[in-house]
Amino acid sequence: MGKVILEVNHLSTKYITRFGEGVYAVNDVSFKVEEGRSLGIAGESGCGKSTLALSLMGYYFAPLHYIKGDIIIDGSNISNRHPDDVRKNVLGNEIAYIPQAAMNALNPTQRIIRFIEDVIRAHNPKATKGDIYDLARERFEILNLPADTLQKHAVELSGGMKQRTVIAVSTILSPKILIADEPSSALDVTSQKMVIKMIHDLMELGYIKSMIFITHELPLLYNVTDDIMVMYAGQIVERGSADQMIFDPLHPYSKGLMGSIIVPEDGTRDVKLTAIPGTPPNLKKPPDGCRFAPRCKYVKPQCKTASVPFEELCDGRGSRCIIPETELREAYRNEQ
Amino acid sequence: MSNEKKELCLSGTGVTKVFGFGERKTVAVDHVDFSFYSGELISIVGESGSGKTTLVKMLLGLISVTEGDIFFMGQKRDIRSHRKKKEYWKGIQAIFQDPFSSYNIFKKIDAVLLDCIHMRGGRGLSKEKKIEMMTEACRFVNLKYEEMTNKYPFELSGGQMQRLMIARIFLLKPKILLADEPTSMIDACSRATILDMLMELRKETGMMIIFITHDIGLAYYVSDSVYIMERGKIVEFGSANEVILNPKAEYTKRLLTDVPKIHEPWEFSKRKRPMTQEERFSSPQPINIEV
Repeated sequence: MGKVILEVNHLSTKYITRFGEGVYAVNDVSFKVEEGRSLGIAGESGCGKSTLALSLMGYYFAPLHYIKGDIIIDGSNISNRHPDDVRKNVLGNEIAYIPQAAMNALNPTQRIIRFIEDVIRAHNPKATKGDIYDLARERFEILNLPADTLQKHAVELSGGMKQRTVIAVSTILSPKILIADEPSSALDVTSQKMVIKMIHDLMELGYIKSMIFITHELPLLYNVTDDIMVMYAGQIVERGSADQMIFDPLHPYSKGLMGSIIVPEDGTRDVKLTAIPGTPPNLKKPPDGCRFAPRCKYVKPQCKTASVPFEELCDGRGSRCIIPETELREAYRNEQ
Repeated sequence: MSNEKKELCLSGTGVTKVFGFGERKTVAVDHVDFSFYSGELISIVGESGSGKTTLVKMLLGLISVTEGDIFFMGQKRDIRSHRKKKEYWKGIQAIFQDPFSSYNIFKKIDAVLLDCIHMRGGRGLSKEKKIEMMTEACRFVNLKYEEMTNKYPFELSGGQMQRLMIARIFLLKPKILLADEPTSMIDACSRATILDMLMELRKETGMMIIFITHDIGLAYYVSDSVYIMERGKIVEFGSANEVILNPKAEYTKRLLTDVPKIHEPWEFSKRKRPMTQEERFSSPQPINIEV
């Protein structure tokens, strides 16, 4: 067991709408990420994946509000600190974030080196231009980005290049943890692979210690991360290693998600895709009891009333379902 | 699909599209030949910039063809006048990638669906009959007509909009459906629903579907035959099993290695355990918990 880099305990955050209603997008989330490991977060659109990513940075701005919980990065709690403090001392050198629309994150009027200067100066105002250039050039070369990219404007780069540049810029201070929120969803498969390769290199070379990778594309997650966590309606419903989660999901929702995997491999055509009927619940008023109950095939009467705790199982797995493991497996086997 | 006698539905010879001219011209589609038979499900796969969408636009008649001919039902396509174009569109319809920009935001959903009924020559039908048809179309895609009526398209979610698009196709019953990345903007779970509906619709009406996608896995899953496009040229085509499992062209091979797979992980991935066929389909053994 490695050193724990990120520990999240009972984190809850909400959005407050114009009308003053709360949307509870992240609800009592707890997990740990160890050094050298990567965690994937999967789930449908609107399940709170991206909100969780934003909440983890400890930097809240309206309409996102913090309710409770701790975020502990390498021993220090960042959840209750002043936003300016978080911005200055945490973002960038402790935790870095790659947004979903990283393609649009670069100001078209500035050269790439300016973004790097900005990031470094924000944390170390005394850094000289020479130092910054040296660091940037060295880092870009290691990551297989041509060094002349530094002098270019964002419009001169292709989509894949832009994305890789954004990753290089946001990790220039060697943060302990990188949060990548669908970094490759707008790219085609070849650029996607290059981006993933780069993130992988960053980890191998030790520039980032651990990573959280968010996507709804499960085959990609399987290739990238060590562990996978499935979110549904703001809660974690299951957690396990990538192999366990893809080939042996336990929670009925994860089971449904894994049924929607399409890969160009022999045998895929013979398996029928399974779609989960219904829509996710409204997070303004989450249902009592299990949130997945209205859509669940294996639902029992008590599912709708009793609140369901997240239970730790063997092998570091955990699941949020009141139906016992053996009974679920029995049901899955009968279906085949 | 019936294998006995295949009817040529849509074909083209030397179809080319050139944007710009002189030094700055871009050949988006370069002398492409194809023949699609009715009832088939075809996928056209390629990366961004390979000319897939340009080809679709030419097939739909939205942009002109620089060179070459397109044949529809054995005859040379004639869409020179607006009336003829409308007639052509009765036979060929499309679902686009972005459902949010596929609708006229000033028109209500009823108007969208009524338009389809009118296009099929249902202008003279009674109001009750029209509502019945619309209800049926909505039911087919798991939407409730009562909830849809008197609403604007932007009040729906992306998945609902895309399903409404399929409801339109259900009413129109075209011979050919061009689906240009219909599932790329929605998540994996709704994707299964949309695909199911398209397959159901195909079974019911026997229409031909042309799937345009960059997702080679999706192409393999749904289609009978696959065309691979690279820089405006078709580099490989054949039945899905042939192309995906035994690729010949370099480009196809590269595409296939770049797609994340679950049984042959990427060479740099930490997963090193390719699974055998038996392991994949056998049910996992329950783990005994000793207390």
